[in-house]
Amino acid sequence: MGEMDEVVKEFLVESHENLDQLDRDLLKLEQSRNDTDAIKSVFRTIHTIKGTSGFLGFSKLESLTHVAESLLCRLRDQTLSMTQEIATALLSTTDAVRRMLANIEATGADGDETDDALRATLARLNEPETADEAPAVTPTTPVGEILIRTGKVKPQDVELAREMQQEGDPRRVGEILVENEVIKPSELREALEQQAAARQKDTPVSETNVRVDVSLLDRLMNLVGELVLARNQILQFNHSLGRQDSQFTSTAQRLNLITTELQEGVMKTRMQPIGMVWNKFPRIVRDLANSVGKSVGLRMEGKETDLDRTIIEAIKDPLTHIVRNSIDHGIESPAERVRRGKPQQGTLSMRAFHEGGQVIIEIADDGGGIDPERIKAKAIAKQLITAEQAARMNEREVLNLIFLPGFSTAETVTNISGRGVGMDVVRSNIERIGGTVDIASRVGEGTTLKIKIPLTLAIIPALIVRSAGERYAIPQVNLLELVRLEGEEAVKGIESIHGSEIHRLRGSLLPIVRLHEQLRIEDPDGHRPDVINIVVLSADDRQFGLVVDQVMDTEEIVVKPLTKALKGIGVYAGATIMGDGHVALILDTFRIAQRANVVSESRERSRAVAEVRTTQNAVRETLLLFMSGPNRMALPLEQVHRLEEFPRRSLEQAGDDVVVQYRGEIMPLVSLTTLFATHETVGAPTPQSDTVQVVVHRHGERFIGFLVDRIVDIVDEDVSTRGLNPRRGVRATAVVHGKVTEILDVAVIARDTVATHEPVAIGGAS
Amino acid sequence: MTTNRQFCTFFVDDLFFGVDVQEVQEVFRFEPMTRVPLAPPVVRGLINLRGQIVTALDMRSRLGIPPRNGDTPPMNVVVRTDDGCVSFLVDEIGDVLEVDDAQCERPPETLTGVARELVRSVYKLRGRLLLSLDVAKTVAQCATAGAV
Repeated sequence: MGEMDEVVKEFLVESHENLDQLDRDLLKLEQSRNDTDAIKSVFRTIHTIKGTSGFLGFSKLESLTHVAESLLCRLRDQTLSMTQEIATALLSTTDAVRRMLANIEATGADGDETDDALRATLARLNEPETADEAPAVTPTTPVGEILIRTGKVKPQDVELAREMQQEGDPRRVGEILVENEVIKPSELREALEQQAAARQKDTPVSETNVRVDVSLLDRLMNLVGELVLARNQILQFNHSLGRQDSQFTSTAQRLNLITTELQEGVMKTRMQPIGMVWNKFPRIVRDLANSVGKSVGLRMEGKETDLDRTIIEAIKDPLTHIVRNSIDHGIESPAERVRRGKPQQGTLSMRAFHEGGQVIIEIADDGGGIDPERIKAKAIAKQLITAEQAARMNEREVLNLIFLPGFSTAETVTNISGRGVGMDVVRSNIERIGGTVDIASRVGEGTTLKIKIPLTLAIIPALIVRSAGERYAIPQVNLLELVRLEGEEAVKGIESIHGSEIHRLRGSLLPIVRLHEQLRIEDPDGHRPDVINIVVLSADDRQFGLVVDQVMDTEEIVVKPLTKALKGIGVYAGATIMGDGHVALILDTFRIAQRANVVSESRERSRAVAEVRTTQNAVRETLLLFMSGPNRMALPLEQVHRLEEFPRRSLEQAGDDVVVQYRGEIMPLVSLTTLFATHETVGAPTPQSDTVQVVVHRHGERFIGFLVDRIVDIVDEDVSTRGLNPRRGVRATAVVHGKVTEILDVAVIARDTVATHEPVAIGGAS
Repeated sequence: MTTNRQFCTFFVDDLFFGVDVQEVQEVFRFEPMTRVPLAPPVVRGLINLRGQIVTALDMRSRLGIPPRNGDTPPMNVVVRTDDGCVSFLVDEIGDVLEVDDAQCERPPETLTGVARELVRSVYKLRGRLLLSLDVAKTVAQCATAGAV
């Protein structure tokens, strides 16, 4: 019995593989109906299943495949030509066979499913008159076909040759053609070579392949992981020995080399071409398109792109969902397409390629695209966002709303998609394996989804950093650059704006996050204040700088999962064992960014929105909001040098003006309240506290301080809504956060100030 | 009918605990560990146990007992759970004891607090009580504590 089980198991495995091939062949046939190789392959598969199932006593399976086989036999012998109807029937047959196989796997019997209807269809299609409907069996001697395709001969010549064959001429078509002097022998040779090359591709590769249990590969992978750790330890040991023992050093280096190669090798065994998943799509696309009455052609590029099998598994469902969405919602009905002047058949293209250690998968359709206005309306109707938020979003942010939970744009819910459980799941599935998904769309032209996923999850390159005495690993995919500030730079390099720190990195503001603060750990040794190490990281489209005590090295690390309790914390992606045997935690930089409010802002639920905030939109500006007397004012953040707080008693009087000593200079202070005083509010800032808030602006070589009453916030705002004629010193009036705000024209104010204060400042210095 | 069970025993403060030997992977002396910032206080850190990463839980903290004075390092009792290996940091290791199920009773009413939830049953040994620790509960509730 045990032996029998083994045979059945083998049969199941083999048949499943064959059926996948079968699906592909049938679809190929539907497209080029005269692909004899495909027909033969289909025939062989069905024949094999029939034979084995007969031998194993699965009579139902045997009889169904028998009916299908007779039909295929005639297709192969070209007494019947391929039609869509036949293709559909054959595809249904493979489905029925699959169900039976599943039954066998589950219960050991081929089940009691009645497939009379299918059988009747197959039998009807196999009747002779069907063949008569399409009597003109096309000339498909491959050589003849190739010659016609390459324009060497006319179809009639081949036809003639075939007729001669049928009349008993023993020569082959090619020979007849050469002897009839239709083609030159060299041309025939060329065609034969092409044919041989084509056949080569189809030769079964079974001789060079061994089937290996996946769990064995996983085990090997684990062992290699251990080996990598041991190697790291030895290398470190060798390093600490200080190269005294040269033989040990060379052995260690060889071990290093071999381990690296072994690691790559084992990694490769787990790699599978993305085609493994994609192969199912021609069928899915065809069935879906038919069921919604659309015509969709599928183009696939980069099938051979390799991915770790665990990742392949993980992307299967998200991809299916995206494809379904494209066909269901994206591509228009044929009538609609024609009306819009597009080809009747829609195109769905899938493209996969490697880029920078990641795999990119693009799924594009040439359908109707996504109308941002409709998305907005929907999101507001579903209360995912407020109208106010919607108004502030740019197009990309709007498109990304479709990834919010509970979002579905389908006006009518179909059975294919549109249950509103879709895209958010797609996104979370992809993010779970460390990937990202992005969407771009143009109304009327189509939609493209771009998925970026890592090659493998098991061993990753990482940057090791130290913070508060503990080491942490940062996955290199998130790493953009390292910045080290020393001495004076370390003091001035990080500026504080209303409690949040920033660093100016080549002119743009980089939010600063201190790792030890985020992890709430004390600094036992106290980091050196004269050196600041900033690890610049990307979290979605945003960048932020993570300040650590020490940047150590980059290393290949083996990712080990954490227990549930620790996963719950959220900021760790796993743990790894370092060369010295100690455990180091792997940081989830995206979560840290979220924790530090670098990416998520304060809005709930609209993470998707916040993530994609970009500076594409030219009217968007980052503003420092503050109150000056009754006025709500703002300064572009880029014109703010620093925010300072001075004790009120350090303010000094120089002539009529208020100044303060600042960094070895005398900085004039401009009271905005006085400057923009209306008749009621003339006077100095109301003395309400012991300190004054000063916004420091650098005007050329000089500092100018603006006295403000209260700093409100820093906002990234669309300042296109303007009104009122601004007064002098005010560049524009805009609605910021729902309130009218004056955006100051610093240049004008500074010029006025410098003009009046210059002599005073000099006088003060003398 | 009586069945004998073997318990790996250990002390936490004055409490005498036992875990079925089948559940225990190994016992070893305190090892340096990597602390896990933001983790619940029960989680003392991560230990590398021959390439396996083990979460160390402080049993005193788990049971709500104040930390021990003095410098004696705790011992690790590594138990296997569904969620990987977990190490209990305990004061001291006892012998492996063979106990009779007939000696088993429900935990007494006098046992209160967290300890009561984590004790499955009590074995009346000569001169002392052996508390059978519910490993799953001990670990599981840490998980929820961690998520909070």
